[in-house]
Amino acid sequence: MSLFAQGHTACGGCGMPIAVKLVLGGSGENSIVVSPTGCLEVTSTRYPQSAWGVPWIHSLFENAAAVASGIETALKVKGKKANVLVIGGDGATVDIGIRALSGMFERGHNVTYVCYDNEAYMNTGVQRSGSTPYGASATTSPAGKLSFGEDKPKKDTPAIAAAHGIPYVATASVGYPKDIVKKVKKAQEIVGPKYIQILAPCPTGWRFDGSKTIKLAKLAVETALFPVYEIENGEITKVKKIKERKPVEEYLKLQGRFKHLFKENKDQIEVIQKMADANAEKFGLDG
Amino acid sequence: MMNEMQILEGSKAVALTVRSCRVDVISAYPITPQTHIVEDLAQMVADGETDAEYIKVESEFSALSALVGASAAGARTYSSTTSQGLALMFEVLFNASGMRLPIVMTTVNRSLSAPLSIWNDQQDSISVRDAGWIQLYAENNQETSDLLPIAYKVAEDKDILLPAMCCMDGFVLTHTFEPVEIPEQSLVDEFLPSYQPKYVLDPKNPLTFGAYADPSIYMEFRYQQHDAMLKAYEKFEEVAKEFEKVFGRKYDLVEEYKIEDAEIVLISMGSIVGTMKDAVDELRKGGEKVGILKIISYRPFPAEKIYEAIKDAKVVVVLEKDVSVGMEGGLLSDIKSFMYNREDRPPIVGFSVGLGGRDVTIGDIKGLVSKVKRAEAEEFEFLNLRREVL
Repeated sequence: MSLFAQGHTACGGCGMPIAVKLVLGGSGENSIVVSPTGCLEVTSTRYPQSAWGVPWIHSLFENAAAVASGIETALKVKGKKANVLVIGGDGATVDIGIRALSGMFERGHNVTYVCYDNEAYMNTGVQRSGSTPYGASATTSPAGKLSFGEDKPKKDTPAIAAAHGIPYVATASVGYPKDIVKKVKKAQEIVGPKYIQILAPCPTGWRFDGSKTIKLAKLAVETALFPVYEIENGEITKVKKIKERKPVEEYLKLQGRFKHLFKENKDQIEVIQKMADANAEKFGLDG
Repeated sequence: MMNEMQILEGSKAVALTVRSCRVDVISAYPITPQTHIVEDLAQMVADGETDAEYIKVESEFSALSALVGASAAGARTYSSTTSQGLALMFEVLFNASGMRLPIVMTTVNRSLSAPLSIWNDQQDSISVRDAGWIQLYAENNQETSDLLPIAYKVAEDKDILLPAMCCMDGFVLTHTFEPVEIPEQSLVDEFLPSYQPKYVLDPKNPLTFGAYADPSIYMEFRYQQHDAMLKAYEKFEEVAKEFEKVFGRKYDLVEEYKIEDAEIVLISMGSIVGTMKDAVDELRKGGEKVGILKIISYRPFPAEKIYEAIKDAKVVVVLEKDVSVGMEGGLLSDIKSFMYNREDRPPIVGFSVGLGGRDVTIGDIKGLVSKVKRAEAEEFEFLNLRREVL
């Protein structure tokens, strides 16, 4: 049985199911998955259908980490072993579910929490989340006469995760499939809470052609706007180096959510470039 | 073998009974006046006196959410909360019952803010009566203890599969020492075998829990919950009979007190019934034909039993520690609504009493009865309002 079957109803070119298949590829069939409310849940589990070939549970929007904590504890009491994972979107993770996530980290549950980061509330119509990047136009942070779109930088959730002192934090992008499988496998070998944030481009919300998903997932990394790295026990242990870093414009110009920046808000592109430069310096990405 | 009678704080009685129910996973967040229950349980875990794991969650929301996961993974689960904590759980309450997870929780009854009050009334649990949880109310600490294994057995029955809350009045019961018989472990094991769910999260048999339902199927899920709650009525009776056989104490969805010839029937839930019984004893000495119908099970709602108990009364008086603001008490509304279509319909009046922990005395009950007898009671009113401060 496929662990995540065809027939789900995600949009063409959606980065999320790519991420999910890769995560399950790394985790294997002895897995139990918790998903919060979001695109993944509604595109894979319309009753009586299900795309899931592993046991899967959806409870609510903001409690996946707590539900996973309970599953992991029950398995412990019952003397059973399985990889407990959460696979949830950025809204459920970095915004409404962050209390439960923090609790799960702090209590040290042996759970791998995977956030597929498509940088907005896509399921409800592209409203901004804490993970929406600076300058992006979302339906609740729209570009307008007085607005260049989202005016706050993307929340640094991996740093928040790492601050809990958990053993493993990683970022990844669906542009690099093997890297995702490798990181999930590595996470499963570590006992304790693990956090992996995977950039998963959304053609509908970012407004790009669905054939460009992988290209954009790579460009986000190649421009240093989405640095790919690992943090083990609080220390950055590995970064994905960029041979020839590309200007952010190359990434931004392919997406409708940044289109307005190329008209009245060119100065904001420079701001975004500086953010990329800062990332490159902070993580030592160039080289 | 005799069970040992002990003098125990209500919270301790609850904790000891939870242990004897062989709970696998406990998940709770501290809140007054529930704290002693969870402290006692945490100590038992720390001392290795139970095999249960205690998840030290960061909120009530996560407390119940963790149990959703644990229960779906096949564990027998327990939590306890009160008031604001129960309100914070609101979303998870509906989710747990919709997923048909037989979680059992002690709801310590406390008023809701604002104004902030840590004292007892029953606004919290009455406000979540539609959440699809079985709701049982205890009069004393023996009942707080006994209702727990009964709740597990009803909740976990394959025809029911609904979560259950055992309600006990904050401070009045949680912090009061009373003689309680904690049932012997072997008897509890005989009465309540380990939880063997049919559907669990298991990689060997991968099932999907919590799928979403479109309009073509959602109502059927809700109907099944409704039907299970109706079935829980008879299941409670059946389980209570088994309980009596094993432990010798008799329970039913309601309890009648001096009701046979009663012209005035008082109805209430929880610890206030103890005071009412004393008041009725005194009134009876004076020749007044007054009796009490105590509601133990608010959900499932014992409509037929209430009907049988009150149909011949001259007047029915509902006393309750809640109010549906701008309407009347919830229990009063429930009773009036099913009585409306009956032929024998005594007049029914209601009082909100003891909100925010205000004491309700024997004198208060007697005064209230006297007022009803003089036909001076309104259809619904607040008892002992301090009108001078309004």
